[in-house]
Amino acid sequence: MGVKTLLKKALVSREMEEIFDRVPKEAVGSYGYDPWGASLEGSKIGLAIFKRFYDHYFRVQTFGLENIPKNGRVLVIANHSGQLPLDGVMISIAVATNPNGPRAPRAMIERFFPTVPFVGNYLNEVGSVIGDPINCVRMLERDECVIVFPEGVRGSGKLYNKRYQLQRFGHGFMHLAMQTGSPIVPVGVVGCEETMPSLANIKPLAKILGLPYVPVTVPFPLPARVVLSFGEPLSFPREVISEEHVALNVEKVKEKIRDLIQKGLEQRKGRFF
Amino acid sequence: MPAKKTGKKKSTVLVTGAAGVLAQQTIARLSLKHPIVAVDFRRAVEIGPNIPSYKVDFLKRGLEDVFRQHDISTVIHIGRIGTDIGGKFFRYNANVIGTQKLYDLCVKYHVNHVVVMSSYFVYGASPYNPALLDEDTPLKASDLTLNLIDTVELENLSQIYLYKHPQLNMQILRPTNIAGPGVRNNIGRLLSLRWAPVLMGFNPVMQFIHVLDLADAISLLLEKPKKAGIYNLAPNDWVPYKTVLSECNIHAVPFPSVPPGLTVSISRLLKWKAFPSYLVNYFKYPVIIDGGKFERTFGFKPARSLEEIFTHYRELKKEPWI
Repeated sequence: MGVKTLLKKALVSREMEEIFDRVPKEAVGSYGYDPWGASLEGSKIGLAIFKRFYDHYFRVQTFGLENIPKNGRVLVIANHSGQLPLDGVMISIAVATNPNGPRAPRAMIERFFPTVPFVGNYLNEVGSVIGDPINCVRMLERDECVIVFPEGVRGSGKLYNKRYQLQRFGHGFMHLAMQTGSPIVPVGVVGCEETMPSLANIKPLAKILGLPYVPVTVPFPLPARVVLSFGEPLSFPREVISEEHVALNVEKVKEKIRDLIQKGLEQRKGRFF
Repeated sequence: MPAKKTGKKKSTVLVTGAAGVLAQQTIARLSLKHPIVAVDFRRAVEIGPNIPSYKVDFLKRGLEDVFRQHDISTVIHIGRIGTDIGGKFFRYNANVIGTQKLYDLCVKYHVNHVVVMSSYFVYGASPYNPALLDEDTPLKASDLTLNLIDTVELENLSQIYLYKHPQLNMQILRPTNIAGPGVRNNIGRLLSLRWAPVLMGFNPVMQFIHVLDLADAISLLLEKPKKAGIYNLAPNDWVPYKTVLSECNIHAVPFPSVPPGLTVSISRLLKWKAFPSYLVNYFKYPVIIDGGKFERTFGFKPARSLEEIFTHYRELKKEPWI
């Protein structure tokens, strides 16, 4: 019996299996893998492990899950924070276990991840792919649910004194949404800022290690309460009139996320307790 | 200058690389309908009573005699020197300079259909590759390793002739890993082993095409209307490298993956033909290509499954060691 089978037997509950049975499945090959290296078995095990942290460690509260379409292409756009991509993991679990209609989450990850042994492969196996526009278009054309953090490392690597301040959004996600006619579901993430508060960034060390940042922070994520607020889907016309017009559309999404963050901060029961 | 072909005679097909299993399977399919001439740089291969076969060095003048003696209208250029043979200079001369001579003769002798076998290696194994690379993706292989320059240059050369000489109706094929009985390329050698290296922390998804499917695809190009262009050839099926090894009864040997220079140095020291240093990244990062254009244009889908390919290599292990 392989390691995967053992893990699946030990961790994946019947309830989890039932949720997965409801997830719309895209084409996979004869060995259960898709072209990005994601596998259903790997996703089940990953979900089973992190769902425990989601429920009991970060005690995630969700609002507006009904705004995620049950099927069809959709871009889930969120603010990014917390040094590690925990916000991506939390949103993925919320999407995959959505009682209104679970979806297979496809999170776009930073470009350096594939070069990191074990981590890159693991992220691929659970459905994440590098944030390349070609990947994103292909997935949206397959009517998948794609999660994007337009702030990138500017958001995840920011210091604690800049918490809940949205950094510059790239325009790529808006071009992709307009090109593919995909609705955008904005998400405000609250709590991940407190999981790994960063006091400083050791830039010289980051340069030596080839990493985007090396934070001065706690050695492991703190048990902060996380609130995820999903907004109503936003649709934009397919025609790109000018880059300025795209920037205005990006600003609309950013404004919506800002409102959702504010709402989340008000709804949060406490930072840690 | 030889006269243009009238089109009344049955078209003769010149197949290069005749000593290889792919060329032989292609010849077996085409010889029922077309006169065939076979050439190879290694040796004159015995193929059949009605099939003239020559040992030809593309860099020597003797190649033109083949065109003088036979009314060739189609060239299937499979005889590319594989990445596991010779040094980079030898491969460059044979694959690039030699192929240019062949193409010049195709122009001179009014050949009206050229099929050339390139490789998915041209895309390069970069960690930043998206999945499902299509034919318009930039070729990055020579950026990553000098040993694949001849592979990329052969492509560039073929593309020049594709656009400069449209009368050649050139079709450039970029197949994924070719495997199956008799295949002696890098991956064929590796899957025949009982032990194979695995870079620690990396398990890229891969694609494989059965050599018989590839021969079917090439023969189809002669049967269907000629549509010049570049085509990826790969099935819509994907499997991680470690699963491939386990399906082929191969023991995985952990190989250090960081720092990257160490992996390359060890591979270079071992001089392992199945796992050369310049192909290390193809066992580290996925290079998944999209075969959709070929499928749509020629209505072709590979008929043989991954399981069929792996079964062959499993069965191979049952044979006693000699």
